[in-house]
Amino acid sequence: MDLITKQYKTINAITGPLVLAENLIGAKLGEMCVVELTTGEKRNGQILSIEGDKAVIQVLEGTSAIDSKTSIVAPLGQTARVGISMDMFGRIFNGFGKPIDGLPEIIPEKYMEITGLPMNPAAREKPDFFIQTGISAIDGLNTLVRGQKLPIFSGAGLPANELAIQIVRQAKVSEAADFAVILGAMGITSREAFFFRKSLLEIGTLERTVAFINQASDPTIERLFTPRIALTTAEYLAFEKGYHVMVVLTDMTAYCEALREIGIAREEIPGRRSYPGYMYTDLATLYERAGRLEGRKGSITLMPILTMPDDDITHPIPDLTGYITEGQIVLGRGLHRKGIYPPIDVMPCLSRLMNLGIGKGKTREGHRALADQLYSAYARGIDVRRLVAIVGEEGLTELDRKYLHFAEEFERRFIGQGNIERTIDETLDLGLSLLSILPERETIGLRAKKG
Amino acid sequence: MAEIRGKIFGIAGPTVIATGMTGAKMNTVCLVGNDGLLGEIIRIRGDRATLQVYEETGGLTAGEDVVTYGKPLNVVLGPGLLTNIYDGIQRPLYQIRATGTDFMERGIKVATLDMEKVWQFSPLKKKGDEVEPGTILGTVPETERITHKVMVPPGIRGKIKDIKSSTASGKEPLCVLEDGTEIGLYQEWPVRRSRPFKEKLPPETPFITGQRVFDTLLPVAEGGTAIVPGGFGTGKTVVEQTIAKFSRSDIVIYVGCGERGNEMTDMLTEFPKLKDPDTGLPLNLRTVIIVNTSNMPVAAREASIFTGVTIAEYFRDMGYRVSLLADSISRWAEALREISSRLEEMPGEEGFPPYLATSLGSFYERSGKVRCLGDDGRIGSITIISAVSPPGGDFSEPVTQSALRFAGALWALDPDLAYRRHFPAVNWQTSFSLYYSELADWFDREVSPEMIKFRTRLFKLLQRQNELKEIIQIIGIEALQEGDRLTLEVANMAREVFLKQSAYSETDAFNSYEKQFRMLNVIFAFLDNAEAALKRGVYIETLIDSPLRTEVLKLQNYTNEGFAPRAEELIEKIEGEFGTIEEK
Ligand SMILES: Nc1ncnc2c1ncn2[C@@H]1O[C@H](COP(=O)(O)OP(=O)(O)OP(=O)(O)O)[C@@H](O)[C@H]1O
Ligand SMILES: [Mg+2]
Repeated sequence: MDLITKQYKTINAITGPLVLAENLIGAKLGEMCVVELTTGEKRNGQILSIEGDKAVIQVLEGTSAIDSKTSIVAPLGQTARVGISMDMFGRIFNGFGKPIDGLPEIIPEKYMEITGLPMNPAAREKPDFFIQTGISAIDGLNTLVRGQKLPIFSGAGLPANELAIQIVRQAKVSEAADFAVILGAMGITSREAFFFRKSLLEIGTLERTVAFINQASDPTIERLFTPRIALTTAEYLAFEKGYHVMVVLTDMTAYCEALREIGIAREEIPGRRSYPGYMYTDLATLYERAGRLEGRKGSITLMPILTMPDDDITHPIPDLTGYITEGQIVLGRGLHRKGIYPPIDVMPCLSRLMNLGIGKGKTREGHRALADQLYSAYARGIDVRRLVAIVGEEGLTELDRKYLHFAEEFERRFIGQGNIERTIDETLDLGLSLLSILPERETIGLRAKKG
Repeated sequence: MAEIRGKIFGIAGPTVIATGMTGAKMNTVCLVGNDGLLGEIIRIRGDRATLQVYEETGGLTAGEDVVTYGKPLNVVLGPGLLTNIYDGIQRPLYQIRATGTDFMERGIKVATLDMEKVWQFSPLKKKGDEVEPGTILGTVPETERITHKVMVPPGIRGKIKDIKSSTASGKEPLCVLEDGTEIGLYQEWPVRRSRPFKEKLPPETPFITGQRVFDTLLPVAEGGTAIVPGGFGTGKTVVEQTIAKFSRSDIVIYVGCGERGNEMTDMLTEFPKLKDPDTGLPLNLRTVIIVNTSNMPVAAREASIFTGVTIAEYFRDMGYRVSLLADSISRWAEALREISSRLEEMPGEEGFPPYLATSLGSFYERSGKVRCLGDDGRIGSITIISAVSPPGGDFSEPVTQSALRFAGALWALDPDLAYRRHFPAVNWQTSFSLYYSELADWFDREVSPEMIKFRTRLFKLLQRQNELKEIIQIIGIEALQEGDRLTLEVANMAREVFLKQSAYSETDAFNSYEKQFRMLNVIFAFLDNAEAALKRGVYIETLIDSPLRTEVLKLQNYTNEGFAPRAEELIEKIEGEFGTIEEK
């Protein structure tokens, strides 16, 4: 991409991560540029808006040390693209697609635009293939299917990364030969980066993994590129090479903060909590890239991880994500404190595509009814628990006591499975046996379906 | 109007500023840039026009051409709309796919409807007949389900000189009037202008959704509007889709406005397989889908609801009962906000433009039951049911509040119910229907004079349950009076069997009014007889543990057809058993 055609010493203003350049004739919206400093240092820039011969450029590596007298802007003639090939497997790149594993650059088979194009809704294939994650709270209650976008809503200090790795490890088994993993990490700590490298190696998926890692100390604006590069790679592997790709994006909160930084620098009218008003649409251009296409073999299953600031699910980042994704897996601090792993707070969890992936021939007949029953029993158990906190156990009926007991057992045994893997049959059988804590009249029509 | 050719000056997000546009008109369509992207003029200042561009603007360069011919943004109307799926500016998605791409490439040009296709045409008018706007010239069997009526477009009247007799296509006029006016099989209409009708009629019949909680507790009138606000995952889309499937509609226009691609795929694959409860024919035969998913260009998202409602009006004008389902109005409002902020307009509340409510009104006000144009006095209607997605699930935000001004019914969805998998997660306390009094006569006449009584009783029962729950919080359930415990149990039963309704159940997804009414009948028979037994000294446990309770809870498993005898049988059983147990 270093083919510099025209150069302009035309920087007029610099604010935050943005420079305003003048006399840029024929610049394209979204075009990549190189900003060259007197030191010879080159930085990557992208044109965000154009007015006559002026353009606003965001500089990935930040604007410090750029000046308006001597720095040079050189448009590259093309929008952001990434070079892609099958040799990317097993490799680790930075958030902008450059190798950081000490190995040479890959020789691209082709270049692809990283913004991607929206899938034609009429070309999509219905996601209906059950992925066994081995986690009861997911498989049993919030089933994941191929081509789904299912985020993990985490809180500071909750084990979301561990859960994601466990899912990748266990899903690998059910997905077998055509499985590929893409990690797009934004603003993660070096400890987390280390954890991901080590775990991917340990679970033996590294040779089927492509990792793009932008660490907390790396340029902020680069984070806007990382998920797009990751998803473009995923599209190549899924729709051109037939892989079932699982994309893990973490931490979307860092991505959104980068988006906010640009918005503020552009003096845009801020939306809720000063995140840009178009954040919904922007996130959608990432999340909607998951899916399947009719007549093509592969699929993109997307698992974004985000940290809910202050554990607040109504914060714009989880809120807008939940409005786009096909459900959510929510981690709960209460369960985590109780030592339950994975601490999945099932009440606010949801998989909207669950119904397509379960039932006879896929998981088991009666799966839906069982899941619903577990949900309503657990909900009632939690109500009783709240009641006990106010009136004590004395005021409870025999039945309420049973619900209370059910909720405890359900959390301890069904959710808190630890690091072990469960087959879907084990999950469903456990669910059924937990329901037998309750009197028969409470669970109409379920008993017969065991087996 | 002659061609005006300007040049791109500025580009920011979905908006483009063009210079050299002197003479261009507001809200007319332009072709933008070398790829001829579609755009619409939304502001004019001197020789500069600002456009909202309906396709991705990435890659556009200052200096490229902008051309306008002075035409407004139109939809094409005629046979072939049904069963089809379009984007927000009515580009046909199947046909785009047929050009060999699975993605929405920029600058794709495909005809909206197939002008070459030859349709069977049965004329209803003949040479020499006088026609006026709305006169039905003849019919085309568009689908097995829907007869397309070819109408004289608004503004045209005269005497027929010539009319086709057996077939018609878009290639030649279908009818010529004596003054030389040609009327085609297809007509165009600007999306932002409502189609004329003779008069609006009052709402006095319900729009039947088949969903108990709506039809019984919170009905919307045919020609009315309901809004469905709720946080993410509370069930808005399922409500919209369930109504698209099972409501008593002749025509369904479904607008997926800024939502998910997979949800549309679901409809596209399911609808041809599902049967409309009225006719038993596949659902897609009465459906048009407009979809502009969240990741498709926002300007086209903004246009999508108007494209949808214009197509709805066209079918209404034929005398059909049309339902327009929009998911979600909030995404439309956000598109409006994004474009407004690019124009650097003065923002109102939460950054939405001050004209948010006005624009929203120009959409909702196109609902209604009307006497159509034409000489036969036919009646058509558009019922609008739209989802609202409030940030953080907080209904006090501007879009929900603006939409409420136009809503005759509010179906508020509640995350707490959704978490418990109580679906539809309608909060019966905060929701309302303003139509109930207007519909009362209809209920008396068509369902039963007792229907309204039952409804009131159900509301009271649920209300009482809430009070009792608060009391339990203080004193514990054991301290409750027996009568109150019975109330609690029966209220729970009503929630389980009546208010909950699975959209996925084969027997229960659609309920006739008859089934709804009889279900309530059974529930209150249970309550009345149990109360009487309690008074006679029967233990409360005996009553609430009775196997009859389980039988009531299983009522959902009986279809509409088998329901009446089953309900009667069960009531008899309840009367028999509760009437004879003696204890204590
Ligand atoms: N009537 C119903 N019967 C059974 N399940 C339902 C019903 N309504 C909703 N659900 C369940 O709730 C899930 C979420 O519903 P839905 O997708 O309609 O939410 P939504 O309000 O449209 O969310 P968003 O705003 O994010 O689009 C569904 O996938 C389904 O599992
Ligand atoms: Mg929805």
